[in-house]
Amino acid sequence: MAILGALNPMLTVGLDGNNDRDWRLDAYVKRGGYSALKRILSKKMPQDQVINEVKKSVLRGRGGAGFPTGLKWSFMPRAFPGDKYVVCNSDEGEPGTFKDRDILLFNPHSVIEGMAIAAYAMGAARGYNYIHGEIWEVYTRFEEALDEAIAAGLLGKNILGSGFDFELFAHPGYGAYICGEETALLESIEGKKGQPRFKPPFPASFGLYGKPTTINNTETFGAVPFIMNIGGEAYLEAGLANNGGTKLFSVSGHVNRPGNYEIPLGTPFSTLLEMAGGMRGGRKLKGCIPGGSSSPVVPGATMMDCTMDYDSISKAGSMLGSGAVIVMDETTCMVKALERLSFFYYEESCGQCTPCREGTNWLYKIVHRIENGQGRPDDLDLLGSVTTNIMGRTICALGDAASMPVQSFVKHFRDEFAYHIEHKKCLVPPDVQRAGSGFFKATV
Amino acid sequence: MLTTESLKRIDREIAKYPVEQKQSAVMAALAIAQEEQGWLSSEAIEFVANYLGMAPIAAYEVASFYNMYNLKPVGKYKLTVCTNLPCMLSGGVDAGEYLKKKLGVGYNETTPDGRITLKEGECMGACGDAPVMLVNNHRMCSWMYPEQIDKLLAELE
Repeated sequence: MAILGALNPMLTVGLDGNNDRDWRLDAYVKRGGYSALKRILSKKMPQDQVINEVKKSVLRGRGGAGFPTGLKWSFMPRAFPGDKYVVCNSDEGEPGTFKDRDILLFNPHSVIEGMAIAAYAMGAARGYNYIHGEIWEVYTRFEEALDEAIAAGLLGKNILGSGFDFELFAHPGYGAYICGEETALLESIEGKKGQPRFKPPFPASFGLYGKPTTINNTETFGAVPFIMNIGGEAYLEAGLANNGGTKLFSVSGHVNRPGNYEIPLGTPFSTLLEMAGGMRGGRKLKGCIPGGSSSPVVPGATMMDCTMDYDSISKAGSMLGSGAVIVMDETTCMVKALERLSFFYYEESCGQCTPCREGTNWLYKIVHRIENGQGRPDDLDLLGSVTTNIMGRTICALGDAASMPVQSFVKHFRDEFAYHIEHKKCLVPPDVQRAGSGFFKATV
Repeated sequence: MLTTESLKRIDREIAKYPVEQKQSAVMAALAIAQEEQGWLSSEAIEFVANYLGMAPIAAYEVASFYNMYNLKPVGKYKLTVCTNLPCMLSGGVDAGEYLKKKLGVGYNETTPDGRITLKEGECMGACGDAPVMLVNNHRMCSWMYPEQIDKLLAELE
């Protein structure tokens, strides 16, 4: 998987996967790894100073919500006696997102170092990395990396003689999208069904086993060592005001070179598309989901004018989310695309809240019947009404995540949905759709 | 019920959590039990629950909530194909149809010789490698076009 323009060597060197040893401890140390942790511990840097550096970088949560990381860290009651936890959310199951898998596969020590620095800053002595069940090889590799770090005295009791203790473990997921929601993830680590908790209380006061806990995404932790090395301000300058630093974008769908690409926030979408080899077969961009399947779809022409940062994508009516860019060309049937996404949310709703449990079923049923020539004239209004009855009425964001694709697909491609209902078939002929996937003539 | 080797692996998982939180190891323990036995019978779930000192119903809740656990016997190989949107755009659905034709079974069915169970999966977090499939949960196969699928099927004896 090609990575072009790797700007944060702590995070992305080795991501091309060409060298099987690049992920190991010695290779990571050679490119500056663990120097930030060593410096912080040997200087006994005040915890506030570490948190301030992260605040200055304007690093925002890379898992999807974009919450300022430094601010989140400052919520932890550091002086609170007793257990505190740092948890990494590597339960990457948002359709279109595959960056955390590559970070953990090719650069696991950047996450371990980032978590150790976070634990130091927040006074936590124990951490867990919750790893998506479907990427089992990542789970085993992360455990190998942990063993390396322990053997080198970089994890465990009295790290490098500093008196700071931090134990870190991997926890396996086993197939539940909802566990990417932070409180569902905590329930899951506690050995229960992954059903989200009410907030408040927030994890910083009542988290894992009821103790103060901070949960960050893999890429967020992975960015921390680099920030501590170059300084918060320099990191911020790599991106834009309010959009600090660089970010990995997972580009999938109708492009020539799907993969992870690191770019400074604020880079034009067209540049990212070029890095991903451009549109497959030179076809035209029809629509793009810029931040994972839960973010609203953006029509192709609007997308071509966007830059890749939180503010620009938000102005285009969508969200940067996890940075999963799903590219769809003119061979895509938008009804079929939405049908598949709606099935996903129906399948993955945890069933706890009635509006989501029942509503996601309704959304799928209605889109499914439109796609299959059974649509009714008032179905588009009905879809709108179901979404407004889900949104804001559930414990977690899955209900909203299921609704936003429906609303945006219908809004931007209403004619295509209406055509389906009226003519009982796709606007895009099935053989054109099949040609778009490239399955039968593809060579690797 | 489980081999000493599996129990050793489960003990290793238990050690990751505070002593009074053995239940945290239930997901890993069920995965290990399934790896050994191919699926999770009620007896296996109850055994894991007792081993961890939790109520059997609580372990069953976990086993039935997460979709990688097999609550019914499956073929020697469980083949899970991702057909979610990003994969679909790059041939995930076509790969599923190709497999159905080759194996003569539909999703959630097992070939008559008990060799392969075909499953439709949700996002595996590897959309850049589409079409993607999993063999028995733990082995991921990337870029699975017709030629690669043929090769994989020949290998899964």
